[in-house]
Amino acid sequence: MTRSMTIAEKILCAHSGREELSPGQLVECNVDIVLANDVTAPIAIKEFNKLNWGKVFDKDKIVLVGDHYCPNKDIKSAIQAKAMREFAREYSISHYFDVGRAGVEHALLPERGIVGAGDLVIGGDSHTCTYGALGALSTGMGSTDVGMAYATGKAWFKVPSTIKVVLNGELPENVYAKDIMLHLIGMIGVDGALYQALEFYGPVAPELEVEDRMTISNMAIECGAKAGIFPADDKTLAYLDGRFEREPKVYTADEGAEYSRVVEINCSELKPTVSLPHLPSNTRNAEDCKDIKIDQSVIGSCTNGHIEDFRIAARILKGHKVNPNVRCIVIPATQKIFQQCIDEGLTDIFVDAECAVSTPTCGPCLGGYMGVLAPGERAIATTNRNFIGRMGDKASEVILASPATAAASAILGRVGTPDESIRGKHHGD
Amino acid sequence: MAIDGRAHRFGRDIDTDAIIAARYLNTSDSAELAKHCMEDIDEDFVNRAKKGDIIVADENFGCGSSREHAPICIKALGIDAVIAKSFARIFYRNCINIGLPILECPEAVDAISDGDEVEVDTASGVITNKTTGRTFQAEPFPEFINQIIEAGGLVNRTKKILEAM
Repeated sequence: MTRSMTIAEKILCAHSGREELSPGQLVECNVDIVLANDVTAPIAIKEFNKLNWGKVFDKDKIVLVGDHYCPNKDIKSAIQAKAMREFAREYSISHYFDVGRAGVEHALLPERGIVGAGDLVIGGDSHTCTYGALGALSTGMGSTDVGMAYATGKAWFKVPSTIKVVLNGELPENVYAKDIMLHLIGMIGVDGALYQALEFYGPVAPELEVEDRMTISNMAIECGAKAGIFPADDKTLAYLDGRFEREPKVYTADEGAEYSRVVEINCSELKPTVSLPHLPSNTRNAEDCKDIKIDQSVIGSCTNGHIEDFRIAARILKGHKVNPNVRCIVIPATQKIFQQCIDEGLTDIFVDAECAVSTPTCGPCLGGYMGVLAPGERAIATTNRNFIGRMGDKASEVILASPATAAASAILGRVGTPDESIRGKHHGD
Repeated sequence: MAIDGRAHRFGRDIDTDAIIAARYLNTSDSAELAKHCMEDIDEDFVNRAKKGDIIVADENFGCGSSREHAPICIKALGIDAVIAKSFARIFYRNCINIGLPILECPEAVDAISDGDEVEVDTASGVITNKTTGRTFQAEPFPEFINQIIEAGGLVNRTKKILEAM
C-alpha cells in the first residue's frame, strides 16, 4: 500500500518510475516538454553546446517561442532570436514558433495542444506554471536546466508539499479569475507557497473555464509556488479533445493526501481587486483606489491575453473613448486570438475607443518595448508583476488588475471598477 | 571553498527584476549584465561591490522571473556568495546549477550588518562574522545537490552522466 498522494506527487512518480514519493525528496524525472523563449533559450543553447553532445533527446519535445522581444525590438534582441532560430533549424525542432506564427508562449502551448493533463513540463520562463490549469505539473526553471534537458530529457525536482486552495461561494458579477488570484496572493504573500505546489478545489474551481484557470495557475509563481494545479475534469478534457498531441492522463489526489495547509476563499465576498506597487501581494479592492490616476492601461500578456479577456474588455470599452490622459495598449496573446479579435469585431471596438492594438508579444509586461513607462508614470495592467521598474523606469509604477478593471480604468483615467457608470462627453451609445 | 569579503545587506523579496532589469535581457553577455546588477534598487551597488564580496539578504531572495541572467550578473560582478533567510526556488536552483554559492541561514542574516567582514566555508556551511566574531551554521545541502556543487555545476555533472551512457 503506497501512501496517499497529491497530484504533484503522483505526476512526479509517473515520470520517475517510483511507486511513491514524499515532500522534500529529490528525484530525477523524464520530462514531456522542454520550453524556452528568445530570452532564456540563447543561454540554454550555450550551455547545451558545452556538452559537445551534438544531438537533442527528442526534437518533438523541445519548444522554442519568440515572444519576449519578438518582433525584435533592437539589434541585440535580433541576435538572440537568430541564435534560437539557428538552433531550431540545426536540430529540426518541430515546435519552433517565429514571428507571425507565434504568440505569448503560455497562451500558445495550450492552444496548440502541445501541453496537457498529466504532463511534466519544464520551461525557461517562470510562468511555465500556467499549464497546471490543464492538470499538468509544469514549472519554471533556469536556462542551464533547460539546456541540459535538451540533451537528457531529464531534470531534477524537489518533491513539493502542497497547499490545498478551496474556492467557496460563487463569483459575483465583475469579479474574475484574476481577482481570485490577486486576492490569494494578498492573503498568503509573495513567498506564501515557497517551494510548494497549489491544488485548487471548491465549488468555484469546476465552474471556471479552462482559460480562467490558466490565469490563476499562471500567477502561482507570484506566491512562490512551483505549480498551481487544477484537477483535470470534463472541461479540461473537452479543451484538450482534438488538439492535445498525446493522450491526457487524469491524476486525482488521493483521499487522505497530505496538505501542508488549507486556504479557503469565499469568492462571493470578493470585489474587483488590484495589486498596488511594488509587489503582487499588495492587494486592495479597486473601489478603494479611485483616487489613483493612471497614464497607461495594458490589456494582454500570458496572464490575461485570452479571447475571453478581450471580449470582456471590449464590452466595457464599446462606445467609449480611452481617457485623453491614458494610452491603452491591447495585445492579443497569440495569432489565433488576434484573428478571433478581428473576426468578432473586437478589434474595431478597440480601435474606435482609441486603443493601440499590437501583434502578440510579451512587450510591455517586462518593460521590454511596446509601452515602456517614463519616470513618474503609472500603468494599470492585466500582467503578472509590479516590481520596481517592471514596465520601465525605476520610478514608474504598475498596478495589477483584471481585464475588466483595466478597461474601465482606461476610460476613467484612474483606477476604477467595471461597474462604475460611465457618463460624460466621451460616452458613445 | 573559503570566501572572505564585505557584506552588502539587502532586505526581503529582492526580485529578479531588481537584480537585473528586463531591459538588459536583450543580451546574455555576463560582463555586460554585471554592469547593471541591482541597478533599479541600488544604483551605486556595482561601484561599491568588490571582488570576493558577499550579498546578505532577508527572505525570498531572487523571487520572480526564471532568468538565469540574475545569478549570472551577481557572479560576474565578483560576488562570491549569497546568504539569505530563504531563496525563491528557481533562483535557488539556478545558483546551484551555475556554481554561485548560496547559503540559507536566518540567524546569520540577522547578525550581519552592511559592511561587516564575513567568512564563509562553503563545504561546511560555517559562516563567521569576523567583525563581531560570531559564528553560524547554514542549512546543509541535500546529498543530491552536493553532487551538483562538487561536480562544479549542472553542466559538468550532465557531461559525466552522458559520458557514462
